[in-house]
Amino acid sequence: MVLDLPFIWAGIIAFAVLVYVVLDGFDLGVGILFPFAKDSHDHDVMMNSVAPVWDGNETWLVMGGGGLFAAFPLAYATILPALYMPIIIMLLALVFRGVAFEYRWRTVRWRRVWDVSFFGGSFVATLMQGIVLGALVQGIEIKNRAYAGGWWDWLTPFSILTGIAVVCGYTLLGSTWLVMKTEGALQMRMRNISWKFAVTTLIFVGLVSIVTPFLYPVYIERWFTFPAAYFSLIVPLLVLFAIWKLFSGFINQNDYAPFLSSLAIFVLGFIGIGISFYPHIVPPSLTIAEAAAPAKSLEFALLGTVILVPLILAYTAYSYWVFRGKVNSAKGYH
Amino acid sequence: MLFDLTAESLARMQFAFTVSFHIIFPSFSIGLASYLAVLNALWLWQKEAKYLTLFEYWKKIFAVAFGMGVVSGIVMSYQFGTNWSVFSDKAGPVLGPLMAYEVLSAFFLEAGFLGIMLFGRERVGPGLHMFATSMVAFGTLISAMWILSANSWLHTPAGYSINDVGQFVPENWWEIVFNPSFPYRLVHMTLAAYLTVAFVIGGVGAWHMLRGHKDPATRLMFSMAMWMAAIVTPIQIFSGDLHGLNTLEHQPAKVMAMEGHFDSYPQGAPLILFGIPNPDEKRIDYAIQIPKLSSLILKLDLNAPLAGLDTVPDEDEPPVVIVFWSFRVMIGIGFAMLGVGFWTLWARYRSTLYEAKWLHRAALVMGPSGFVAVLAGWGTTEVGRQPFTIYGLMRTSDSLAPIAAPAVATSLLAFIVVYFCVFGAGVFYILRLMSKPPSQQNETLQDGPIRTAGLTPFQQIKSSNMQPEEK
Repeated sequence: MVLDLPFIWAGIIAFAVLVYVVLDGFDLGVGILFPFAKDSHDHDVMMNSVAPVWDGNETWLVMGGGGLFAAFPLAYATILPALYMPIIIMLLALVFRGVAFEYRWRTVRWRRVWDVSFFGGSFVATLMQGIVLGALVQGIEIKNRAYAGGWWDWLTPFSILTGIAVVCGYTLLGSTWLVMKTEGALQMRMRNISWKFAVTTLIFVGLVSIVTPFLYPVYIERWFTFPAAYFSLIVPLLVLFAIWKLFSGFINQNDYAPFLSSLAIFVLGFIGIGISFYPHIVPPSLTIAEAAAPAKSLEFALLGTVILVPLILAYTAYSYWVFRGKVNSAKGYH
Repeated sequence: MLFDLTAESLARMQFAFTVSFHIIFPSFSIGLASYLAVLNALWLWQKEAKYLTLFEYWKKIFAVAFGMGVVSGIVMSYQFGTNWSVFSDKAGPVLGPLMAYEVLSAFFLEAGFLGIMLFGRERVGPGLHMFATSMVAFGTLISAMWILSANSWLHTPAGYSINDVGQFVPENWWEIVFNPSFPYRLVHMTLAAYLTVAFVIGGVGAWHMLRGHKDPATRLMFSMAMWMAAIVTPIQIFSGDLHGLNTLEHQPAKVMAMEGHFDSYPQGAPLILFGIPNPDEKRIDYAIQIPKLSSLILKLDLNAPLAGLDTVPDEDEPPVVIVFWSFRVMIGIGFAMLGVGFWTLWARYRSTLYEAKWLHRAALVMGPSGFVAVLAGWGTTEVGRQPFTIYGLMRTSDSLAPIAAPAVATSLLAFIVVYFCVFGAGVFYILRLMSKPPSQQNETLQDGPIRTAGLTPFQQIKSSNMQPEEK
């Protein structure tokens, strides 16, 4: 592991994607949970719980894409054509979901339509993100600086499995977020749903973890070579601890613990994926070093990142602080 | 039909379609965000209800337009990779960091403060709310700066070298960011966004006055918008002229296509006002032209020689018909805007600004004209850049991703259907919001209990001192 510019950039992009996954994860999850609401009032509250922050959350996705374009143009130029279909479908799904935030309040007759679009968009975008993850883990074939595989390579039982795992995971984030942000009957319902999604998430993530080393033995080697082996010990222990906190949070009817523990599980899972990928950025064809942009590009972009990302994190945190506390119909922000 | 075309044509159509849809929203949100910041500042300063009324009125419209801008923009940021991966690989080291800066310095700023601007007035107090509103406006301008810098670099590349795998490598970031066409494009586009919004707001104000709603807020929006139109249109025409001269210097073939100059004119070129470009015969049919005026405008000399497209190899010529027409559409709208601007000055002088029905009708008709002009202007400059993606250095045909035509055709079809449905609905909601006069905005059913709850101070002001002022 060398601490050079490409590595730092790989870290920054991984960080942006991680922030995206946990932040947009819970608001996509809220969308997936729309059918579990009792009535239109629940929908109002659910949407209002994320309305002031969803836009910022989704910007991390643009940051991930933009960062990849800036720092690893070759990775950007090969991953996107390889995953053409899931990515286009994801983008279209995000269109449906994003506009629903505003449209829903602009109509009575068509409110149901935008509720469905919010749910459908969230669900499909999440599923596609999971499939993209699976397709990356499977690996992308590259020849002469271009994608060399087929059009349907991304669609395999494995990528569908990761797709379902991510859907369950985001729903867990969404439901625990709602436990934290709502009260009364809606909160009760979310508590009851949360632990079911927690169990399914753990089952599917467990399945993915078991299947991966059999299909792609290279990953298991990475886990047991130094220095990654240190993490191989620590990460599973931390995951167990987070799972314990998650379920004890459910049992004690704590408002915050389930959400925070779910976040922790996501972060740890993400670190696990990072360990598996390193030193590749596009397994199995491209390493971080091979895909990196020239030093002048990396330096220039790094300068702005170092200055601006802490600022962004600060005002994002401030925005969350402003809209802290429970959402209810009497004090909605929308 | 769609499935008979080559992957390149389809990818170009997809890009043209998605980017044309997208540019509508930023043009609107750049101008509107600044307008909202001004209104909010005036409200805090003057404490007159009409400013807050207008702020709340346009805020809702802004929110819908901004949402559409965000989602259509995410598509753009991934489309470079999906459809134009070779271009992305080659130009990424130069363009990528510019876009990363756009995300970091603008998108996050807008998104981070948008929630507070839209929903947070009560939670954070007037000072921080004003700050948040300004940050959103500032963010839209920074975003324009970076993306126009990146775009301008494609027209006038500078500060780069080419490495052994054919990538454009940055050598001097200052030269890249401030490439030769960037200042002109930035000024021209920012003013275009302001003018577009001025005419939208003026059109909405005119509509309500024609319908008999002449309350202070409606008058104010019409008056503010028309000041903007009267003052900014001449500046915009001047900036466009400078931009054109810059283009003549760096991309002469584009100007030849704009002017319709198939032939060289050694003794002063005519200004072709209208005509039908005939690219097969390489001439303009039925041309109505003013002798030597083109040389006067472009070279400040009636007899200055001007080269024509006959000096450009055929394979490097831009498509003349589109460039020729879209340029004329933009210019025509520009002068129509100028006319309306002068008309309002005259009406102000005669004190008939709020009574002149024909002026209101004209302003109403001109309401959407800014969008058409923006699209026509971008059509001129982007089609005029063809057949290159990076002017003179990289051809569009060499930029394409290794994608199959059916995949692009399918996704293009999906984009068309989805965009027309989704953004069609958005435009419908925006028009419906606009169709209600600002004085009645909160008495509608669909706002529901949840929306009005956050706006208590506004409600109080509204009920206490606004109704009596309405005529």
